[in-house]
Amino acid sequence: MLKKTCLNSCHIEAGGKMVDFGGWEMPIHYGSQLDEHLWVRASAGMFDVSHMTVIDLVGPDVKPFLRKLLANDVERLKTSGQALYSAMLNPAGGVLDDLIVYRLAEGYRLVVNCATREKDLAWIEACSEAFEVVVTTPPNLSILAVQGPSALSVLSSVLDSAQANLLSQLAVFESGFAGDWFLARTGYTGEQGAEIVLPNADAPGLWQALLASGVRPIGLGARDTLRLEAGMNLYGSDMDEGVSPLACNMAWTVVHNDRDFIGEAAVQAARAARVQPRLIGVMLKERGVLRAHYPVYSADARVGVLTSGAFSPTLQCGIGFARVSAVTESLFVEIRGKQLPLEPVSLPFVRHGKPVYSVIS
Amino acid sequence: MAETRDNVRYLASHEWARLEDDGTVTVGISDHAQDALGDVVFVELPETGRSVQAGEEVAVVESVKAASDIYAPVAGTVIGVNDVLDAAPETVNDAPFDEGWFFKLQPADDNALNELLTPEDYRALCAADDH
Repeated sequence: MLKKTCLNSCHIEAGGKMVDFGGWEMPIHYGSQLDEHLWVRASAGMFDVSHMTVIDLVGPDVKPFLRKLLANDVERLKTSGQALYSAMLNPAGGVLDDLIVYRLAEGYRLVVNCATREKDLAWIEACSEAFEVVVTTPPNLSILAVQGPSALSVLSSVLDSAQANLLSQLAVFESGFAGDWFLARTGYTGEQGAEIVLPNADAPGLWQALLASGVRPIGLGARDTLRLEAGMNLYGSDMDEGVSPLACNMAWTVVHNDRDFIGEAAVQAARAARVQPRLIGVMLKERGVLRAHYPVYSADARVGVLTSGAFSPTLQCGIGFARVSAVTESLFVEIRGKQLPLEPVSLPFVRHGKPVYSVIS
Repeated sequence: MAETRDNVRYLASHEWARLEDDGTVTVGISDHAQDALGDVVFVELPETGRSVQAGEEVAVVESVKAASDIYAPVAGTVIGVNDVLDAAPETVNDAPFDEGWFFKLQPADDNALNELLTPEDYRALCAADDH
């Protein structure tokens, strides 16, 4: 029996093609994944991401605990409402999960992935034993992401005045509460927008109001191509417990100082190693589609693999992430026995609707 | 419910084949197939002049979801391909039985199409697919 979000009937009413996504019945698209992708780049779309996990932490030791638990440093969150993207590592320096941590007035809120929920909670519980911390998963919450160039203006037109006022004061990667609604200027598309954590009872009302204002529902298919164009990793594809943050383009999120976070020794050892794989953007120079697991070659040597791949609706070509041991001038991907040239590029591919990549030379 | 046509024969792998008045065979994928694939973003077509066996992989259709092989329904020679699909692969979604055809064959055996699934057989197969 699949779990359902409280927007399930809204998805079906909107023509959602429902699939099993990590045990949840979720919409893969509502007719055309390509149209949904382009609509988010041009206007505004909404994503039901209620399957993701909200974890709240409070207690006298919550800050030292999170400074130990996370590879990014919550000390950087100077005021209530600020947010940070971080990896949570195992002692071997592999990525247990990627998450966003929000500083609240009291304590912190983590939003972690859906498929990693039980593993993350068990790990956090185990690591917190020596700390005076209370870990809770607040029940009966929905999460709706609204993303696109007109997302904020449409949102403010459907929110009540206190909510709209809060939203207008938030900068990117800031958050706050308006009553029991939590509004955050975060997202997974490379566009303007917000993610709203709200009581289940309020979610269908917000959905209908946004729908009536021209915001279209967006399925998981377009969510994946949007995040790929935006240069954002997908847990389980681009990184997992066996992958160092240095090998998945997350080095920028790892902060070394005197706090000694879990996995730090292993990350430092990896940094010292002379050769280590890295994750880069690649574009297919010929017509076609890139897909995860395709092998990557330089001359005759296999140098890596695609961890994600798709046809980019914005760029109209195959794009992907490649984990490679070396970036050379001539990279090739093997597709159905044929080697086709790849162009290594900087990430992201697309931001605010525009191509922003440059060729790595 | 996906559309089917009665003037074509089908493969269980969801290709259709239509015998034209001039004895050639036009090949495409069914409405059921395009709906299952989702938005088509790339089609790799065979070289004209290639001779193919029945059941041989001759083309590839790539959608937002997956890459799928397209099989020759009958043995013969490729005598034409639908160049429209190079620039407008979405034509496969829009008109799978008409403008979204893939390639044309000169069949080695004029009667080979009779071996393929009838529209009734194919509708039964799709109905089973949907459950």
